[in-house]
Amino acid sequence: MEWNFLAVLNDIDLLFLGLVNTLKVTGLALFFGVPLGLVLALSRLSTFKPLSAVAGFIVEFFRTTPPLVQLFWFFFALPILIDVSMTPLIAAVVTFSIQSSAFFAEIFRSGIQSIDKGQWEGAKAIGMTYSQSLSRIILPQAVKRMIPAFMERSIELLKTTTLVSTVAYADLMFQANELAQKTFRPLEVYTIVAVIYLVLIFLCSQFSIWVEHRLAKSGEGTVR
Amino acid sequence: MTEIVRIENLHKSFDNLEVLKGIDLTVNSGETVVLLGSSGSGKSTMLRCVNFMEIPTSGKIYLNGDLVGNERSGKMTYRESELCALRSRIGMVFQHFNLFPHMTVIENVMEGQVIVLGRSKSEAREKAMAQLERVGLAEKAEEYPARLSGGQKQRVAIARALAMDPEVMLFDEVTSALDPELVGEVLKSMRQLAEEGMTMLCVTHELGFAYHVANRVLFLNDGAILEEGEPQKILKTPKTDRMREFLEGHSLFKLPD
Amino acid sequence: MGHSWDFATILQNWPVLWVGIKGTIFIFVITVILGLGGGLIVGVARYAKSPFISYPARAFVEIFRNTPVLVQIIWFFYAFPILTGIETDPFLAAVLGISLNTMAFSAEIYRAGIQSIDKGQWEAGKAIGMTYNQTLRRIILPVAIKRVLPALTNRGIEVFKMSTLASVVGYVETLNQAKLIADLNFNPIESYTAVAIIFFVVLYPVVQATYVLERRLRRSD
Repeated sequence: MEWNFLAVLNDIDLLFLGLVNTLKVTGLALFFGVPLGLVLALSRLSTFKPLSAVAGFIVEFFRTTPPLVQLFWFFFALPILIDVSMTPLIAAVVTFSIQSSAFFAEIFRSGIQSIDKGQWEGAKAIGMTYSQSLSRIILPQAVKRMIPAFMERSIELLKTTTLVSTVAYADLMFQANELAQKTFRPLEVYTIVAVIYLVLIFLCSQFSIWVEHRLAKSGEGTVR
Repeated sequence: MTEIVRIENLHKSFDNLEVLKGIDLTVNSGETVVLLGSSGSGKSTMLRCVNFMEIPTSGKIYLNGDLVGNERSGKMTYRESELCALRSRIGMVFQHFNLFPHMTVIENVMEGQVIVLGRSKSEAREKAMAQLERVGLAEKAEEYPARLSGGQKQRVAIARALAMDPEVMLFDEVTSALDPELVGEVLKSMRQLAEEGMTMLCVTHELGFAYHVANRVLFLNDGAILEEGEPQKILKTPKTDRMREFLEGHSLFKLPD
Repeated sequence: MGHSWDFATILQNWPVLWVGIKGTIFIFVITVILGLGGGLIVGVARYAKSPFISYPARAFVEIFRNTPVLVQIIWFFYAFPILTGIETDPFLAAVLGISLNTMAFSAEIYRAGIQSIDKGQWEAGKAIGMTYNQTLRRIILPVAIKRVLPALTNRGIEVFKMSTLASVVGYVETLNQAKLIADLNFNPIESYTAVAIIFFVVLYPVVQATYVLERRLRRSD
């Protein structure tokens, strides 16, 4: 057999479009998933039992069910259930926002719990409210410790977004399928796509390792 | 003499363990009151009830003559906003400093003024510098707490509490976590405060401080006040065996004859 | 919500779903054994002194950790046969993708475990005349593996969830069968909810057990 990348390179803009869409889904899921994760974490830490139980259930449910099942559920089942029209993009963003928020919640939770109780007390003693203590004293310290775990999760999210190709959203994986059929060159197409992901994710991981080293140098502990 | 803090029949239980069994105490303006007692006597819990770091199980606390909380059919209820406002009027210094490590010394001292009291940054900075000068740490204003010694950290914590212009200061074993050679500088700051007329309630094991600085000493045992009086009297001639044993346990301290 | 839930169709189609569940269990068992077992070999290789062993091991880990597993499965399904002339069916492609991916991830877990062992343990092994391999096998690995057991369990949980990706190339597993039921009976709500519940019911106790394991190991350390 012979490698022939020419046919693929002619249509490389298709793959580029897919890459942009992949980054779009990842970015949107992060945009919604991170704040939602914080809300879930705070709810789970709440002393109000029903709230923490519900948050705990959501977190565990979305951590223990496969993302592809979640995606199918939001794409095929939810529109019937609540009578909305669902596009692949919305289904993908909803799925990956909630799915990653469950993981982010656990990162937030261990970050917040890693902060010494004395910090809460110090803030409380000068008259701060719970939300002031959280936003001014606890989170700034916790977030710093969470950065490595947070980046690792974001990279996982980027990889998981390939699943959206199964509901026909034009991400990099989907575009690869299209291009492979169009050019009859699956070997070259899928190899190129694998390399694109490899480079993208490798760079992200290297960046994350670099940040982790810098944090370690500045004497900050990290949480998993 | 005006009363600053009044505690009436204070009870506190953790689960089924009763830690405070009915405490009555009045602290007057400008007074320094020292709480003594062995570990588990409830002295720290009592101090933490004064600014509601712990919510009392029952009993009443008055600040400047005003009852804290609302009484409804014999039970006290508290709103969190009321307690936050109350805590901003009471300064507290902890055994482990609890400085905010992500802020510089001056930011630590400004934080409550800006966020809780709503002072402008420039006003807060000015006040903070004044308090840091008071505890002798003005030159450390831009350092991070991690770069300070334990004694310096504790003095910053005192400045942080003072910057809120508190009506009373609570000290919770503030020298217990310090290396012995650093204890003196903190006690000196506290003594200076007392002499300037600050109202102070201190839990401590420093009998020398109690003897020389306090106006009144309380000895807590098993969640109740066992003895109370002027330091020169009760530290030299305790009435109960329990307190005598306690004082003998602190043999490092020699009372002046 | 106007939808009236009707799980009766799921129960009627239970034999169809059961075929899928058996498929899931089958591919899970194969991939978890290959992945966690092979990962041990790669992890030890990654720790080897000779660069001829450690570098290829490192390259393997980086390649398979830094590409999405779905890309790997599809590559093995469509591209690998052209490259090698070896035909892959959906099962083989999925097994290759999931196992190799899991090998790469678990290799890093084993390596972290080995690195966490005190240097004194190696020296003690050497001092009583053990070879490198003997020390590794008899002294280092037993403790290292015990330490990383929670991380390995978490990986196992990931493998179980990953098995659904095999449906993308047409391997018959639970999600694939649920899709079939949904398409035939027009009941995607019940079908996909049922699959989600099946996974939750299986994995939730495992996750809880992992927490217990973590706590117990932390205490015994």
